[in-house]
Amino acid sequence: MSGERDIVLREQFSVAGRDFGRAGTVSTTIKSMLKQIGFPPDVIRRVAIATYEAEMNVVVYADRATVTFEVTPAEIVVTLEDQGRGIADIEEAMREGFSTATDEIREMGFGAGMGLPNIKKNSDDLKVTSEVGVGTTVRIKVLAHQ
Amino acid sequence: MAIEKYYHAHEVNREACDGRMECLRACPTDAIRVKDGKAHFISELCVDCGECLNACPHGAFVPLADTLEGTPRKGKLRVAVPSPVLYSQFPSEAGPRRILRGLLQIGFDHVFDVAKACDWATLATRLYLKEHTGRWPVISSFCPAVVRLIQVKYPELTKNILPLQAPREITAREAKRKLARENGISESEVEAVYITPCPAKVVSIRQPAEGTRSFLDTAIAISEIYPALREAVSEPDHEIKDELFEDITYGPGWSSLGGITGLLETKRWIAVSGMSDVTKLLDDIENSKLRNVEFIEAAACLGGCIGGSLVVENVYVARSRTIRLAQKYGHNIARHEHRAERLYHSGFFSLESPIAPRPLSPLDPDIAKAIAKVKERDEIYASLPKIDCGACGSPTCMAFAEDVVKGYAELSACVVSAARAAH
Repeated sequence: MSGERDIVLREQFSVAGRDFGRAGTVSTTIKSMLKQIGFPPDVIRRVAIATYEAEMNVVVYADRATVTFEVTPAEIVVTLEDQGRGIADIEEAMREGFSTATDEIREMGFGAGMGLPNIKKNSDDLKVTSEVGVGTTVRIKVLAHQ
Repeated sequence: MAIEKYYHAHEVNREACDGRMECLRACPTDAIRVKDGKAHFISELCVDCGECLNACPHGAFVPLADTLEGTPRKGKLRVAVPSPVLYSQFPSEAGPRRILRGLLQIGFDHVFDVAKACDWATLATRLYLKEHTGRWPVISSFCPAVVRLIQVKYPELTKNILPLQAPREITAREAKRKLARENGISESEVEAVYITPCPAKVVSIRQPAEGTRSFLDTAIAISEIYPALREAVSEPDHEIKDELFEDITYGPGWSSLGGITGLLETKRWIAVSGMSDVTKLLDDIENSKLRNVEFIEAAACLGGCIGGSLVVENVYVARSRTIRLAQKYGHNIARHEHRAERLYHSGFFSLESPIAPRPLSPLDPDIAKAIAKVKERDEIYASLPKIDCGACGSPTCMAFAEDVVKGYAELSACVVSAARAAH
């Protein structure tokens, strides 16, 4: 399995915490590259949604992040390494509906507790590691052949 | 360079083009290139929005619509189906009645007003949203340039497009049925002529994406018909066959942005216009950023159809007039409710076939090679000045890098890089 595996496209982007105006630009850029490569629409859709959610998490909760985007003909991997408050209990955060937001904030439509579960739903493999007060790393993998 | 598989309603007059590149910067899908001082466009990328027609200072982009005198009649009866935008091109005192009469004076045998079909289509949209169980939000289908933008750049979102006929098509179909019946001729003997505010609708008539066929046969630009119609409308009153126009109503929806959404029952809607903002919104939908939104009213032209490239009046003047017209001739669409509901359930409004994606070809049919090409493109891009000057003939440095990878352009065409290297 050499040849195909050797071709790797690797790009890096940065995301700034609190920058709501530019939130979503990384996932839009990634999406347009995947379209040009010609991945199936459903694969692109899943990568776009998972990346967008992860990007939003950085904007809302972290100070900054580096996004690494790696593509081979077999898989797409997006890794977001952020510096920020971190997640205390990852297992709890992965649960649908869990949110640190107050009821009042949630009623306004913010922090619905869908971020990580939605990323999980749209990826084939998800790894989250975190250290409180330091930051969180989210690694999203989507297979090119569903 | 590309196979001319798609019909477009404009062409470049090479003699009028002096290579000033206004069009190059205006095209929202980066479809235009300037080679040897002349503009041309890449067929698969063009979504017929008409921005190039607006941008060119020399009128080098020529609309290919039909003309009043030049297009031979296609049947026994020629019936005008004017876009409601037409009414906004005249002082609001003129009113729809004078304008419809004017159309008869300049040579049409009949006119059919689109207002009723607009009401029906609004009611049908309400019913559709109530029953919809698929993906949200539902995106309006009346703007052919938006439909094409989705087909080309957002193929996955074709599933979100409202699968209902536009009012112009409903009106044309009704006109044909009625006139054929009344005159004892076949429907094909009735020529339905759309008076269009934009080239996108010409394309949707000649190569429909929204169904297998269009009920309209001919499309004449508002700007083409305006001089003769203006003369007819400004003539002093003489005998009007009033019974023809008893039922004149006017809804601002479908010609000015926000008109449709304002009449929907749901309040979870967004109305967007202008290609760059429509594009941004479609990106948000694709990222699943927009939640709890049920309906998107999207028009390629700023302000809605009144901002089309084949109109004569300033879009803000036209908008002000549509508001005044609605105050004067506006009405409650509820009176059509029963009929519209019955028609809706009989499939009267449904598109004949779903709207299919028309995705752009990838950089290479082989995924591994395509990845290598994206890599190569990004390396070329990194070496470019990134000032998007357009001197090479491609609209941006990114588009140029892509053209080089595709073999459409030579790296040496970048004069800025060459000048920097010489220093």
